[in-house]
Amino acid sequence: MNNQTPLLTYCLRLGDNALIQSYRLSEWCSNGPILEEDLALTNFALDMTGRADLLLAYAATLEGKGQTSDSLAYRRPEKEYLNCLIHELPDEDFAFTMVRLMLTSAYDMLLYSALEKSPNENLAAIAAKAIKETRYHLAHAAGWVERLGDGTAESNSRTMQALTMLWPFTGEMFETDSAEQQLAADGIIPNITALKEPWMEKAAQVLKSATLEIPALKTWQTGGRTGRHTENLGHILCEMQYLQRAYPDATW
Amino acid sequence: MTQDTQLRSWEVFTQTRSGANYIHAGSVHASDRNMALQNARDTYTRRGEGTSIWVVPTDAITASDPNEKEMFFDPANDKIYRLPTFYTMPEGAKAI
Amino acid sequence: MTTTDIHTELLKNFEEKIERGDAIEPKDRMPDAYRKHLIRQISQHAHSEVIGMQPEGNWITRAPTLRARQILLAKIQDEGGHGLYLYSAAETLGISRAEMIEQLHSGKAKYSNIFNYPALTWADIGAIGWLVDGAAIVNQVSLQRTSYGPYSRAMVRICKEESFHQRQGYEIMAKMMKGTKEQQEMAQDAMNRWWWPSLMMFGPHDSESPHSGDAFRWKIKRASNDELRAKFIDKTVQQAEVIGLTIPDNELKWNEERGHYDHGPINWTEFYEVIGGNGPCNLQRMNHHKRVHDEGKWVLEAAEAWTKKREQKLFDLN
Repeated sequence: MNNQTPLLTYCLRLGDNALIQSYRLSEWCSNGPILEEDLALTNFALDMTGRADLLLAYAATLEGKGQTSDSLAYRRPEKEYLNCLIHELPDEDFAFTMVRLMLTSAYDMLLYSALEKSPNENLAAIAAKAIKETRYHLAHAAGWVERLGDGTAESNSRTMQALTMLWPFTGEMFETDSAEQQLAADGIIPNITALKEPWMEKAAQVLKSATLEIPALKTWQTGGRTGRHTENLGHILCEMQYLQRAYPDATW
Repeated sequence: MTQDTQLRSWEVFTQTRSGANYIHAGSVHASDRNMALQNARDTYTRRGEGTSIWVVPTDAITASDPNEKEMFFDPANDKIYRLPTFYTMPEGAKAI
Repeated sequence: MTTTDIHTELLKNFEEKIERGDAIEPKDRMPDAYRKHLIRQISQHAHSEVIGMQPEGNWITRAPTLRARQILLAKIQDEGGHGLYLYSAAETLGISRAEMIEQLHSGKAKYSNIFNYPALTWADIGAIGWLVDGAAIVNQVSLQRTSYGPYSRAMVRICKEESFHQRQGYEIMAKMMKGTKEQQEMAQDAMNRWWWPSLMMFGPHDSESPHSGDAFRWKIKRASNDELRAKFIDKTVQQAEVIGLTIPDNELKWNEERGHYDHGPINWTEFYEVIGGNGPCNLQRMNHHKRVHDEGKWVLEAAEAWTKKREQKLFDLN
């Protein structure tokens, strides 16, 4: 891991974010609150799987050791996954999923809009595709957060509870380190710190129409970006890596 | 506990390419028009079949009564002068 | 004219229309029995698509590659979509989706027996796509010409979309048969478990089938159970041979005279046991559906409450 170039680490982080999001969204398949929403959630899971595939394939190329998007997705040990913790939290209910999707899509909107202008053509192309998908994810999730927040007493309390559980994990999305700052200074990736304020504005706007209060909190839960995870990732990997680990010689 | 309504029904019309007619694709359930549009998108344009969608509440559609089919449509059948083929073109004249 | 005369006259008109090959549309007059038969058949078909999401859904998080995850997600999503098209078609007959779901939960409405079997290994995902969807598509292709317009239109759309399902299942099986010994054994094991239930999907033999009469005369059903079953067997046997899978039936033999394969006896006792609720997964599937339905209620209520509030606001402004 220490031999990774900053760009490789960065791509793994983005790829793992998409990979774990895809996993959680795909758990909704056949569990949606209404058939129509089941289809919508599956679409998001598909978008995210495709995004993970592109980002991890690019990471494999950068690494140059003959890995593929699949070997990266399915064969790494837990501490080598570099996704933000927010993505691995289990879905408590539909409100949790929609609040999380709203918060992370608002973030992805800003991130990929900026990344689309990167002189790195690979990243710019992936970002151009991601931005269209994300715009729709955000519209869909924001619509639901507003409905649920300002719906019934029960839905309001569930949505507020989801927000309270998720909020401490949002800080990590804006974390950075010296290697990333160098990439940002070189103009390859956006300066993530500068995106915090516009993100907060968007989130606040949606939450306000949803009649929800932003939790007052200044302590963030972090660690995923450096491979220190919540208890949940181990369970995700148990399922996800099951076949690849149980039958290491097989191709699927 | 209120009754399970599965939300109200909307009819979906999709346009497959710009300039084409909107064609009835089917229906979806949703509680408001934005949700109806999104649900129509996720249900009926998964294979890139659409460039534009209309949604209309199902109960806003009035359909003709099949029992009045003769009254409604038969009188149009003998008005052949509405068709260009009814007319004789002078020999040698080109159609516009 | 007496009521009976009027009734006879209407039925005669209806049947003449069917005879001419005209489609019946929602507002057309139709015999009660026709409407009832359609509601039963279409809702059963819709429920099958939706319940069918479960055995495959069971493997999404364990799909072994990103490509496999995408294909499986897209396929299960299609099944949800197809359930939705079919619920919509049934709704044009005057029954609501909520009522249909209630009938499913009360046991009044059925779904295809096949989904009461478990998906135990990754090869089962192959077998379900190849055999179960393969059998379903044979039936669905023939239903594209069914007499009820909305049902036929839904079937046309479904057939168009489902054409990749059978192929992806066959691809999984083919890949596994080219793989390690363990993979080959897994594939053959899945074949052994899914073959007979797939044949049962077409229903009892024509000699035993209770509903055939009206359904044929009214062109709801366009081919008999045995005809469709034979079609399925004929095309599947060849595909199995190509990839080296053995069909678990010693009596399977080409019959030159009939132009079809002859097959061994189907275990109808098992078939009726599973219909009667005693299959391996009947309870599990139904409980899953009920749980998801119950857990979704507060979401739908919230959405409706939100809309109502906005309508109220508009009303206040006026």
